[in-house]
Amino acid sequence: MSEVLGLKAKLGLDVFKHDSEPHIRIKAGMEKDPRLKKAVLVCPAGLYSLNDAGEVEFTIDGCLECGTCRVACGTEVLEWNYPTGGAGVQFRFG
Amino acid sequence: MEKFDVIVVGAGLAGLAAAYTLAQEGLEVLVLERGDYAGAKNVTGGRIYLNPIRDLFPDLWKKAPLERFIAHEEVALMAKGKSLTVRYSGEDLRQEPYQSYSILRAKFDRWLAKQAERKGAMLVTKSRVDDVIMENGQVVGVRAGGDELRADVVIACDGVLSLVAEKAGLRKPGKPYDFAVGFKEIIELDSAVIEDRFGLEGDEGAARLFMGEVTRGKFGGGFLYTNKESLSLGIVVGIKDLMDGQPEVQAPALLDDFKLRPEVASLIRGGQTVEYSAHVIPEGGLKSFSKLYGNGILVAGDAAGFSMNIGVTVRGMEYAMASGYYAAQAVLKARETGQYGANQLSVYELLLNDSFVMKDFQSFKDAPVALDNPRLFTVYPELATTIMSELYAVGAGPKNRIYPTIRKHITIRQLWDMLGDFRKVRKL
Repeated sequence: MSEVLGLKAKLGLDVFKHDSEPHIRIKAGMEKDPRLKKAVLVCPAGLYSLNDAGEVEFTIDGCLECGTCRVACGTEVLEWNYPTGGAGVQFRFG
Repeated sequence: MEKFDVIVVGAGLAGLAAAYTLAQEGLEVLVLERGDYAGAKNVTGGRIYLNPIRDLFPDLWKKAPLERFIAHEEVALMAKGKSLTVRYSGEDLRQEPYQSYSILRAKFDRWLAKQAERKGAMLVTKSRVDDVIMENGQVVGVRAGGDELRADVVIACDGVLSLVAEKAGLRKPGKPYDFAVGFKEIIELDSAVIEDRFGLEGDEGAARLFMGEVTRGKFGGGFLYTNKESLSLGIVVGIKDLMDGQPEVQAPALLDDFKLRPEVASLIRGGQTVEYSAHVIPEGGLKSFSKLYGNGILVAGDAAGFSMNIGVTVRGMEYAMASGYYAAQAVLKARETGQYGANQLSVYELLLNDSFVMKDFQSFKDAPVALDNPRLFTVYPELATTIMSELYAVGAGPKNRIYPTIRKHITIRQLWDMLGDFRKVRKL
């Protein structure tokens, strides 16, 4: 369908290969950092969300490895690497 | 321990162009790619301009798996509930050599990698480079998946974030102001439907840019490119503007709303979305470039910041391929001296300065500032469409005269502001 799909359905169209550990992590104690809250707005895959406690939660599943959160939040807040070789998203069209 | 003449990090356009050029000259080149295949991690909006790089790779283009040559250009000013579109079709766009093509990177990069391999380059996929090996202040190789690989020169073509250039001390993590994020869907449609819908003959293609309400007035815009059997439909938006809110919006919603616009919905109707992708884009221009070379290392493509948005054209891939080519030429020059220090490799910058790459970035060095003007994405689309709306309107009563209708919207204050905007845009 060309109609609007939910993000989950949209990400479900992509090919992802499992990695042994998440390649992006919120650094300990940074869950409430204002810099991290920006990730909620900028992530094209919608992987960051704000919970009731005012903390940012993050899931790696569906990460498009675009780099936006690294640019927006910075490396003091995020531990950021690419997935190990052969893991992560594999674009078929790009 | 294995030692190569050159290690290229990243099998994108810069890396493959460098590898192709070096292998052609008989050098032992290793290309390390973290994806399953070349192009697996690469995203484009989708169009490449060939004219500036045609002669750098004369044998390449005849069989290149490009999509459609762009024969129709459109730009739409988008306001709430209305839009104004300008369409340019010209014989110049329909004459060979065609100046630009739509492109899908997973397909193209994989093919380009094969061409580089055919010249003798060695491609290792599923290999992430974790660090550079430094000895006496010189990069002498890389660490990848526990292996130490050595070379006379490392060329960092690892994309917009270039962790390799960071590790080599040539750049710091980028600032939001200098980057945009692009995200897009590939929407499959029959080629016959695409041709009918966009008024295309055969391999002709169309490119459409949309500015204004599609990014809620933030820096950026929407884009649509026709491929052979699909459309590339997406949004580019400045990361700083997204972060600042005003209005606050989550990036994915911009694309969803874009698809719902009647101007777009009718074009993608019946299509099937088959992929969703995203990538950061360098937008900072000359001022935000990384250092281009160091001892034993060169930086090319997005890794160096070579991407340019001047509103009407948005370009990166030809700069990537050209910079890969010139990086290769710099290696060949340094090889004559047998040394690969920053001194010897600095010829890379001279080569770039003499080429269209740096000449373009010099000419358009003020583009990021000129385009960093919210009025371009708010006031003008609103103004232009409002005037059009009133010019076309025929109400129940008598119709207003045309000139006063226009004049009502363009006040002295408006003219003054426009002059200010014009002064900025004049730098383009």
